[in-house]
Amino acid sequence: MSTELKPGFCQTGDLTAGNRLQSIDVVSVQSQEDRANSLTSGHRACQGCGEALGARMAIDKVMELSKNKVHVVNATGCLEVFTTPFPETSWNVPWLHSLFGNAPAVATGVQAALKAKGMEDVTVIAQGGDGSTVDIGFGCLSGMFERNDDVLYICYDNEAYMNTGVQRSGATPPTARTATTPLSGPHPGNNFGQGKNVPKIAMAHGIGYVATATIANVRDLEAKVAKAMSMKGARYLHIHVPCPLGWGSLPKDTIKLARLAVESGLYPLFEGEHGVITGVTKIRKKVPVDEYLKLQRRFTHLFKKGADTDDLAGVQAIADAHIKYYGLLDDGDK
Amino acid sequence: MALTLPYAITLEVGSSLENKTGDWRTERPIYLDRLPPCNIECPAGENIQAWLGLSQEGKYQEAWEEILHNNPLPAVHGRVCYHPCEDGCNRKQMENPVSIHAIERFLGDEALKNNWTIPKAADTGKSVLVVGAGPGGISAAYHLCKMGHKVTVVDSKPAVGGMLRYGIPSYRLPRDVLDSEVAHIEKMGVTFKFNTRIDNLAASIKDGGYDAAFLAIGAHVGRSVEIPNDGSVKIIEAVKFLSDMETEDKKPELGKKVAVYGGGNTAIDCVRTAVRLGADSVNLIYRRDRKNMPAHDFEVVEALEENVNLNELRTIKEMKDGKLTLDIMELNAEGWPESTGKTETIEADTVLYALGQLVDASLFNDCTGIDVEKDGVTNVNDQFMTGMDGVFAGGDMIPSARTVTTAVGHGKKAARYINAYLKGEAYTPAEKHETASFDKLNTWYYEDEDMREQPVLDLKKRTTTFEEVLGDLDEATAKYEATRCMSCGNCFECDNCYTVCPDNAIIKLGRGNRFEINYDYCKGCGMCVEECPCGSMLMEPEEL
Amino acid sequence: MLKQVEGSIGVAEAIGLCRPDLVCAYPITPQTHIVEGLADMVRKGKIKSNCQYINVESEFAALSVCIGSSATGVRSYTATSSQGLLFMAEAVYNAAGMRLPIVMTIGNRAIGGPINIWNDQSDSMSMRDAGWIQIHAETNQEAGDLHIQAFKIAEQLSIPVMVCVDGFLLTHAYEQIESSTQEQVDEFLPPFKPMQALDCDNPMSMGAMVGPEAFMEVRALNIAHFDNAIEPIQKISEEFEKIFGRKAGGLYEHYNSEDADTVVVSLGSVNGTVKDIIDEYKKDNVSIGSFKIGCYRPFPGKQIVEQLKHAKRIIVVEKDIFAGVGGCLANDMTVAFKDTDVKIYSVIGGLGGRPIFKKSLIKILDRGMKDELEDLSFIDLDQSLVEREITREDLFMTKAV
Ligand SMILES: Cc1cc2nc3c(=O)[nH]c(=O)nc-3n(C[C@H](O)[C@H](O)[C@H](O)COP(=O)(O)OP(=O)(O)OC[C@H]3O[C@@H](n4cnc5c(N)ncnc54)[C@H](O)[C@@H]3O)c2cc1C
Ligand SMILES: Cc1ncc(C[n+]2csc(CCOP(=O)(O)OP(=O)(O)O)c2C)c(N)n1
Ligand code: SF4
Ligand code: SF4
Ligand code: SF4
Ligand code: SF4
Ligand SMILES: [Mg+2]
Repeated sequence: MSTELKPGFCQTGDLTAGNRLQSIDVVSVQSQEDRANSLTSGHRACQGCGEALGARMAIDKVMELSKNKVHVVNATGCLEVFTTPFPETSWNVPWLHSLFGNAPAVATGVQAALKAKGMEDVTVIAQGGDGSTVDIGFGCLSGMFERNDDVLYICYDNEAYMNTGVQRSGATPPTARTATTPLSGPHPGNNFGQGKNVPKIAMAHGIGYVATATIANVRDLEAKVAKAMSMKGARYLHIHVPCPLGWGSLPKDTIKLARLAVESGLYPLFEGEHGVITGVTKIRKKVPVDEYLKLQRRFTHLFKKGADTDDLAGVQAIADAHIKYYGLLDDGDK
Repeated sequence: MALTLPYAITLEVGSSLENKTGDWRTERPIYLDRLPPCNIECPAGENIQAWLGLSQEGKYQEAWEEILHNNPLPAVHGRVCYHPCEDGCNRKQMENPVSIHAIERFLGDEALKNNWTIPKAADTGKSVLVVGAGPGGISAAYHLCKMGHKVTVVDSKPAVGGMLRYGIPSYRLPRDVLDSEVAHIEKMGVTFKFNTRIDNLAASIKDGGYDAAFLAIGAHVGRSVEIPNDGSVKIIEAVKFLSDMETEDKKPELGKKVAVYGGGNTAIDCVRTAVRLGADSVNLIYRRDRKNMPAHDFEVVEALEENVNLNELRTIKEMKDGKLTLDIMELNAEGWPESTGKTETIEADTVLYALGQLVDASLFNDCTGIDVEKDGVTNVNDQFMTGMDGVFAGGDMIPSARTVTTAVGHGKKAARYINAYLKGEAYTPAEKHETASFDKLNTWYYEDEDMREQPVLDLKKRTTTFEEVLGDLDEATAKYEATRCMSCGNCFECDNCYTVCPDNAIIKLGRGNRFEINYDYCKGCGMCVEECPCGSMLMEPEEL
Repeated sequence: MLKQVEGSIGVAEAIGLCRPDLVCAYPITPQTHIVEGLADMVRKGKIKSNCQYINVESEFAALSVCIGSSATGVRSYTATSSQGLLFMAEAVYNAAGMRLPIVMTIGNRAIGGPINIWNDQSDSMSMRDAGWIQIHAETNQEAGDLHIQAFKIAEQLSIPVMVCVDGFLLTHAYEQIESSTQEQVDEFLPPFKPMQALDCDNPMSMGAMVGPEAFMEVRALNIAHFDNAIEPIQKISEEFEKIFGRKAGGLYEHYNSEDADTVVVSLGSVNGTVKDIIDEYKKDNVSIGSFKIGCYRPFPGKQIVEQLKHAKRIIVVEKDIFAGVGGCLANDMTVAFKDTDVKIYSVIGGLGGRPIFKKSLIKILDRGMKDELEDLSFIDLDQSLVEREITREDLFMTKAV
């Protein structure tokens, strides 16, 4: 039994967003009443939308650190559609939407314009869903990385094209049912491809900062935003945002799913600088992938009688591979 | 909308506030306080979660005051209470419970160190007689005094405490702690009269002009058993033995070989006292096995550490030539001991009988209507009143779990009924909130953190002196341990609900002021409720 | 001051004088020399602004970068041709819908397949209805001057402008150009004050989604703004003349066409050839003139009709053809003249860089003046080859089935 007292201990450590016992300097921006609410109420996201939450979390932190100097460029997708249907917008920040596939390039333009105006203290964010990021806008993203433009790109990964009705994207996990990977044939749902790990691809560009984050860990998320904000040049943040509609999960389980994705190893939390992994957030309480998958209707076929057990095993293998590759478990509990 | 921007393609920031998404909702989240299991288990009815919460913030005086709403003796309880709260503590289902008693002790000691006091209400002009200066009597006296009544406590013993002093050994409860804590109550205005035995209660009430009486005379008559004895083995009743320990001129002589018969807490106190008195061998003899001993296991452990021999599944068949013949027992299917027919012998100069206590109810001689059982136990109604009007009772003398804390709880509750009785009012206890059971928590959010244990006196001193065995938590550790509390069922302002709402439908009212839900925008997703660590929120069906 | 320079460089220098803050382009022949020139000028600090040259990975990105910078309130420029314009198509419409005053040079080039790098105007024609103003340069002098005007038009109206410059024929041709001075340009072109821009002190959401309840109005508004551009475009060219002392731009230009029976109408550099022919006809007192359309979008149909309603016939010579449409300009002219008795002939030539020889065109015009032309005719098309192939390929297709 340890007798050592952790400095600043409170019952929830940094697992909760805030805590009345903690100084205002260590709690999350999200936990504070004067947070920017960059994305405000009245938006039309589904109940329990992870993407709406992730966007507010990330941008509020940017707002804090930039002293409210931010320009946001948004790709087409749920986040754009549910926030700005005429005649109302939910954004409280200067915000621009152009197209589905060009947000990184538009952001480059915004940034260049700010530079021309001598206003480089404004943080430029480009953001989009997984579809716009890993698929259609990927070329622009890579170009922005390669040029090392001073843009923080944020991908809100809900693992499919949600806005158009849940079709497969390059970020859709194997076996997941989507409208274009239906439950027919011998291997229902999405196929096992090679995957498209954009955080790693971003690292391969050697850009200053790359991190994965989750709405289930707001302090980690904010720390990563802060780290990104401490640097110039192209930076990439990939935030996992469960989507109750697309995943067939209960709205109340959004955070829980985000958490289980991390704890199962399916969604590794890591960060890297200039192409080198500099940190991983360890799994705290490891769970088998089943615990995560079972809460989502897009995976229920894996648990039906007669399901090919290789499919489930394949998903577990992905988690295991992540755990090994990133070293997600503390030595000892392997 | 003022058209200052290019029509439609450019929009005024924040304008979606016009869109009240609250009507999407079929269920609504609400905030509520649930009753934590620790509070439920506390016989004194302490609001443990609340004072732990204050302790977490370093507000020790407020924490102490919170305890004093229910229990005037935190320094005592922090030492002798069997802390059923900790058995109920939800944290027990994670790693181990919060060391509630140790923090309570810390707070009690802080109060003594700093002479914190509790204000009392204006004089009501009513006076109450309290018989028995044990925990039950002290508690009732304190509460009644605080309510503004004049209270006189009488006790046949020479000093305050009842079993706290004449039962519980000083290595568990140093007498200065007891005395100081009671001194505070005395200072509040309670009158104590010692060496005064009440033999005729009705007369005493009448003579003293009391408006009501509260009795907590305890159970002090040791139960005996007939065992053949050739007189070579000295027999002493446990309660008498322990009581005599407190009286300088009656210090008992035990000899070198001591056996204690019984398996309850009293038996444990006897063996451990015997060890400290210098006995060479101390045998604890119990008819069933260790698992079934009524004593708390932590007490058994402490005794074993102090070199006590445990003779489980044994009864004393006879005593002869300074030896005890022990019948070897086994448990039958129902768990009751039966003789195996085999025996063994051990040596003993003295056997202490720790077989339970009866109540000496003789003070009811001149009373009518009192309902007394065979063993002296006195029945009361749900308002702690005996069959005699204005005479209330509590503690060991009424049917109950015989613990200090139960007695204190009785004293408190009875005081509230007595107060109502004196004022001619009815007292109805506040309705209890639903339980903050473990399943209501989202324990993901609590850091894994083991209990910080109290320091223990080294074994040498434990076996040779009456120094207090368990030590204090220092301030930092006490606060740390308090902070392990998960605040079950009561918002501790972790800001999760506020943070996880994708619709910004929760309004933070500032630290200390909790939160409010903005139902204009709440879509009823339930995330806030799901991610509340402590179960302080609930989804309710929306009235459609 | 007269200078002998390559057309592209002349254009680049004119753009430089406009003090753009951002140049972002992706190379494609024949636009390359313009952007190379600008890249060099930016490097050498020859542009008197904080101009940045941004290399990107595609035309789609190039225009997208301009969308971002323009929306942030700085003068933004790009250039492309052909496939490049098609590759940025989505952004082309988007920039117009967002009313961003971007200026883009089109080094006119055929669009494939088959891939072809040489001049015609089917590229800019493919985007004629995207909501961008399109103005055409006849000469390299005008090419440069039109860019100076383009920024003013775009920024004054919040409508993006394409300046169409015939690939190779202009972009790669060396001509004498009278260059402008910085003072002249500064006098003519005020600093860019955006109608709206991203701004931390005055935040707004730009590029909202508009549903059925307002989309019609948004569109109608956009079109109305667009159509209202005709007058300012003319005015701006007049202002230009005042300051620079030379003519450029405007809606149209007569060349002996004010009262001619036959008028040849065309866009861009082919006007030079046509003018030469007109000069020859003039010697013979033939009533034929040429009419250059400078502003193709918005199409100044009413003004053109007003100018040419006296004509007996109009022969539209153009370098584009579209399936189901034919020549776009002829089509526009037919619509514009539908209530008149003027006969419109459509002549397509110069596709994919095929030279338009004077004598070939003269042959056509001769027939035209006798009203012997088909509604649609081609300059130097091997019609027999086409017909032969139609038969052969038909057979082939039948077999395939
Ligand atoms: C050895 C021992 C150890 C214990 N250890 C613990 C422990 O660690 N934790 C715990 O929670 N409980 C413990 N208990 C139980 C606990 O002490 C009792 O349950 C508790 O003290 C009961 O309180 P009470 O006020 O009802 O009676 P008591 O504490 O017994 O007090 C009754 C008082 O009334 C006085 N009295 C009796 N009759 C008269 C009369 N006629 N006139 C005047 N005065 C009278 C007595 O002198 C006595 O002082 C222990 C008990 C024993 C015997
Ligand atoms: C060029 C183009 N192709 C397709 C679409 C249709 N489209 C709009 S949003 C979208 C999917 C968005 O998916 P993602 O980027 O993952 O965002 P999400 O809606 O899931 O948050 C698609 C396919 C489009 N708007 N533009
Ligand atoms: S579909 Fe998914 S991402 Fe889109 S608004 Fe609904 S929950 Fe959010
Ligand atoms: S964790 Fe705290 S509130 Fe919960 S049962 Fe334990 S002591 Fe009580
Ligand atoms: S998280 Fe927000 S929207 Fe969801 S139930 Fe709670 S208050 Fe309502
Ligand atoms: S989530 Fe945290 S802040 Fe909200 S009610 Fe529960 S304990 Fe309080
Ligand atoms: Mg998506």
